[in-house]
Amino acid sequence: MAEPVTEPMSGAIPTRPAYQPAGVNPVRRLGSKYSLRLWSVRNARTLEWVYTTFSDMLLSFHWLWNLIGYHRVERPIVFIEKNVKGLLFDCRMCGQCVLSDTGMSCPMNCPKSLRNGPCGGVRANGNCEVEPDMPCVWVQAWNGAQRMRSKSNIETVQGPVDQSLRGTSAWLRVTAERANARRPAAND
Amino acid sequence: MTEPDENPNDPSEQLSQLPGHSSRGRLERVLRRGDFAITAELNPPDSANPVAVYERGAVFDGWVDAMNATDGSGANCHMSSVSICALLTRFGYAPVLQISCRDRNRIAIQGDVLGAAAMGVNNILCLTGDGVQAGDQPGAKPVFDLDCMSLLETIRIMRDEKRFLSGRKIDDPPQVFLGAAINPFAPPYDFRPLRLKKKIEAGAQFVQSQYCYDVPMLNEYMKRVTDLGLHERCFILIGVGPLASARTARWIRTHVPGVHIPDAIIERLHGAADQKTEGKRICIEIIQQVREIAGVSGIHVMAYRQEEYVSEIVHESGVLADRKPWRREPDIGDDVALEAAEKKAEIRAAVQT
Repeated sequence: MAEPVTEPMSGAIPTRPAYQPAGVNPVRRLGSKYSLRLWSVRNARTLEWVYTTFSDMLLSFHWLWNLIGYHRVERPIVFIEKNVKGLLFDCRMCGQCVLSDTGMSCPMNCPKSLRNGPCGGVRANGNCEVEPDMPCVWVQAWNGAQRMRSKSNIETVQGPVDQSLRGTSAWLRVTAERANARRPAAND
Repeated sequence: MTEPDENPNDPSEQLSQLPGHSSRGRLERVLRRGDFAITAELNPPDSANPVAVYERGAVFDGWVDAMNATDGSGANCHMSSVSICALLTRFGYAPVLQISCRDRNRIAIQGDVLGAAAMGVNNILCLTGDGVQAGDQPGAKPVFDLDCMSLLETIRIMRDEKRFLSGRKIDDPPQVFLGAAINPFAPPYDFRPLRLKKKIEAGAQFVQSQYCYDVPMLNEYMKRVTDLGLHERCFILIGVGPLASARTARWIRTHVPGVHIPDAIIERLHGAADQKTEGKRICIEIIQQVREIAGVSGIHVMAYRQEEYVSEIVHESGVLADRKPWRREPDIGDDVALEAAEKKAEIRAAVQT
C-alpha cells in the first residue's frame, strides 16, 4: 500500500528528515490558523441547532423564493452562504453541503476531498498526512459528531460529489427539496 | 490439493461460477471455503518489459492466493496496475487490481473496471490513494473525483445493477470480488471500526490492512469489529511485512504515512546480530499471532524489495498447513516465464562472475 519514496537501504542519507510532503506550500497555509474551523467543531451541537432553525426558516419563506424565483435569489444567497460558511468552516462551496453529517467539519478541506471518513495516513497526533500542520478534517469530524444530537449521521455513506453543482447554494437546494417533499404530503 | 475445476489446459481461463460468488476467481473461492488466505504485494516495475512482471509474479508462485498490483503507490510512477494485472492473468495468476482515486476521474475508472474484468481480473481493491505530495511528482494535479467509499459503491452498482453511475446500461457487468483497505493503527481509533462498516455497506467483500506491527492494538480493533459482527460480512486480511533493519524501520516510521511501528520492535531489531533475519522472524511471529485472532481470514504480505523472502516467511509461519495454493505448471501455457527464469539465471551468473 504505502511505499518508501527512496530506497532506505541504498546508503544515501534521506533527503527529507521526516515525512514532509514536497508540494505543501507554506505561503498558502500562513494565513490560516484553523482557529474558527476548530471552534465550529467544538460548538457543533449549537451550530446543529442553529442550522436546523435556520433551515426551517428558509423553508417557511419558500413562497417568497418561489415568488421571486429561485434562480433570481440564487446569487445573493450564494454570496451570504459563501461568506458565512467560509468564515465558520472554510467552506469550499461544493454545493452539496454535508456538514451536519460530518460533525461540522467541512470534508472538502481534506486534501483528498474524502467525504466518508479519514484515510489511513492520519498522523499519531491527529494531523493531516498531506499538510502536517493541519488537524485532520476527519479527526475533527469525529469529535464534532460526538457532540451532536445526530451522532450516527457520520455513518451515512456519501455518494460522489456532483461537480456540476460547485459554487451553487446548498441552502436553497435543500429548501427546494424539502418544499417538494412536503407537497405530496399536503395533497393527502 | 488440486481443485476439481482448475483449467490445466488454459490457466488464464476463469473458474466455473459458484452460487453466492461474485467472481470466478481463486481468491474469493479460497476465502469462502474458509481457508486462511494469503495475498502478496507485487512491486511494479519501472519498465515497459513484460518479463519484469512475469519475474515478479513467479517469485510468489505456489505460495499466495492472489497478488496485488499497486496503482502508483506512494504517488510514484510505475507500470499501471491494469496492465500488470492483464499480464498476470495470461499465466493464470490471480491478481488484485488496486484502483486509486488520486489519478483518474469516474469516467476513466469505470472504463478501467470494464477493461480489467474483460482481461480476466477478478478482484479489485478500492483505495483513495496517497496524496500527490508523497511521491516523485508533487506538481501533479490531485484528482480525487471519487473517494474509496464512492468507488466501492460505483463498482458494486456496475456489477449488481448492471449500469454505470450515470444509469446507462452495461451489457455484461464486471464479475469482480470487491476489496478495500483498513488502517486500525491511525487515529481516530474509535471511528475505524465504523469506517469498516461503512465500507462493507458501500460494497467491500474483503479488506486488506496496513502493516501490522502492533498486535495488541489490532486485537482491540478486532474486538470491536467482531462485536459489530463485521467479520461475518467481510473477509479481513491483515497486512504484514518483514523489516530489513532498525534503520529501515525508523525510516518507514517517519517517511511513510500511516505506518505505526512500536519502539519495542525497533529496539528488538536494533539489538539483533542479524537484523534482516530478526526482521523476518518478527514478521513470522506476527503472522502466527494474527492467525489466532478471531475474525481474521488471512494475511496480506507486503515485503517491499524483499519479495524473494515471501515464500520463506509463508512456509515458516506454517499458516498454510498442508494447503498448497495454485501454482502454474511450467510445462504448459506459453514459454515466457521459463525464458524469464532462464534470463534471470543468466543475469545472476553474469553478476557473480
